[in-house]
Amino acid sequence: MAERSPPIVQNSDSGAPPAGDTPWEGLLANLPGRGNVSRRQFIKGVIATGASVSAFAYFAGPAATSARASVPRLVSVNVNGQTRRVDVLPQETLAMTLRYKLGLTGTKLGCDRAECGACTVMIDGVAHYSCSTLTQRVRDREVVTVEGLESADGTLHPVQQAFIDELGPQCGFCTPGQVMAAAALLEANPNPTREEARRAMSGNLCRCGAYDHYLNGVMRAAGNGSAVAEEVSSG
Amino acid sequence: MMKDMMPHFDLVQPTDVESALDLLREHGRDAWALAGGYDSFDWFKNRGKQPTVVVDLEGLDGLKGVREAGDGIEIGAMTSLTDVESDLLVRERYGLLAEAVSVVASPQIRNAGTLGGNICQDTRCWYYRYGMPCYRAGGNICYAGTPEGMNREHALFGADRCVAVTPSDSAPALVALDAEMVARNTRGERVIPAGEFFMGPGVDITRMTVLDPDDLLTAVRIPARWAGAHFYFEKVADRKTWDFPLVNVAAAFRVADGRVEDSRIVVGAVECVPRRLTDVEDLIRGRVPNESTAAEAGELAAQGAKPLNYNHFKIPLVKNLVARAVRSA
Repeated sequence: MAERSPPIVQNSDSGAPPAGDTPWEGLLANLPGRGNVSRRQFIKGVIATGASVSAFAYFAGPAATSARASVPRLVSVNVNGQTRRVDVLPQETLAMTLRYKLGLTGTKLGCDRAECGACTVMIDGVAHYSCSTLTQRVRDREVVTVEGLESADGTLHPVQQAFIDELGPQCGFCTPGQVMAAAALLEANPNPTREEARRAMSGNLCRCGAYDHYLNGVMRAAGNGSAVAEEVSSG
Repeated sequence: MMKDMMPHFDLVQPTDVESALDLLREHGRDAWALAGGYDSFDWFKNRGKQPTVVVDLEGLDGLKGVREAGDGIEIGAMTSLTDVESDLLVRERYGLLAEAVSVVASPQIRNAGTLGGNICQDTRCWYYRYGMPCYRAGGNICYAGTPEGMNREHALFGADRCVAVTPSDSAPALVALDAEMVARNTRGERVIPAGEFFMGPGVDITRMTVLDPDDLLTAVRIPARWAGAHFYFEKVADRKTWDFPLVNVAAAFRVADGRVEDSRIVVGAVECVPRRLTDVEDLIRGRVPNESTAAEAGELAAQGAKPLNYNHFKIPLVKNLVARAVRSA
């Protein structure tokens, strides 16, 4: 059962003068000529001031780079072509950030120990385990997750379509990782041999044992990819 | 779900080697040098090691890449295993190393894992990894060495209280290539022959290499001596991918007129350090690398092995791998 947030108590202390909607009203009330500052408004004002002062450190971000500065907390990460601002702990892995802060739950966490491959994403076009990559390391890099593969009109990536055609997924949990490993392979090597494909996919476990289906999918996607490329080049 | 979140540490991302060295010096044993992270994060997630400051070496671009140096090459310690494997200089002259790093772990791990990290990684003994208070962890017992211990993956040679083995695939290749390790700290630079870089439990039971906490492995130099020689590398593991070696062999041969002029034969995962077989090298010097030489070499390679309860099978593995290497010359 989902936890409920505590009920909001509407405090209606009648003695206070009508306050504005924003905490800034409390500050403004301190200015000469406003008069009649309630205790509550004053406290709100102090909190707002404190918040804005401490928030400055977040937003200042990498401006404070000395050669050995600690990492900023509020960072920009380029995910699927979008720059996302996110509050990241120093020890946070990319898989955690993607799934629990950016809502990109297509990336799966299987073992969280770089042993299963379910969390595979592309970083600058190369396959990496996001469970064992610090988000702080990808601040200036381009991350692509399984959500970012299909084109804007909803056409699936050739690998995704080929995996469907070859009945790749069985339970499906390892599929996003398999898709990303295959997509990264085809980016580096559009026409792999079956052995090259097997090797490139060897970092992804499938408990259902659908390895050959995935491999067929990779080969089919590679075939489609080259066919499409030929069509384009022949005009 | 958040149980595997690593405990907090301060992450520092220096952009030059000097700053990284200062940080390691300043924080000593509380600091952790982070390369690819695949060994490190396991330790952190399992609470096996809890550094307060993690020095991320990713930003040290000077430690990346392969370049010609002197008569050989120099590989930055932060060069990824994928980059080492695909580098043309490495492939052309030192195919042994290219082959060794190509069978490390999985493609994704090779994309992030570094040569320096692969050399400096800690042993895989699961008692130690599990956080048991063994000798290596500062305690006074070896769990793997007991008669009931699960020691299928452990040492045949050189055990001294601890029976852990080196897990690296690249280390035997580098020893076979007469490589040198370049280590730096705030006081200067040291160049250590690969054969002296690794440390057995008899010398210091709590670490695998000669590196002190404030040392940083910055580069690996490979001299011209074995460039373009005949090489042999083979790794035997339970699985073809991902797994650490049960035994691996890295060998380099110079053959003239059908006879072995000189060779280097190094076996991994049978001792805490890569085990160079100098007596086998002496045996085959000047001989034709035929079937009988190979068989003799294999027999000699396994001499002195002291198997534990569950790793007797490693003896024929060593024999056969060394024999195959010699036969290939």
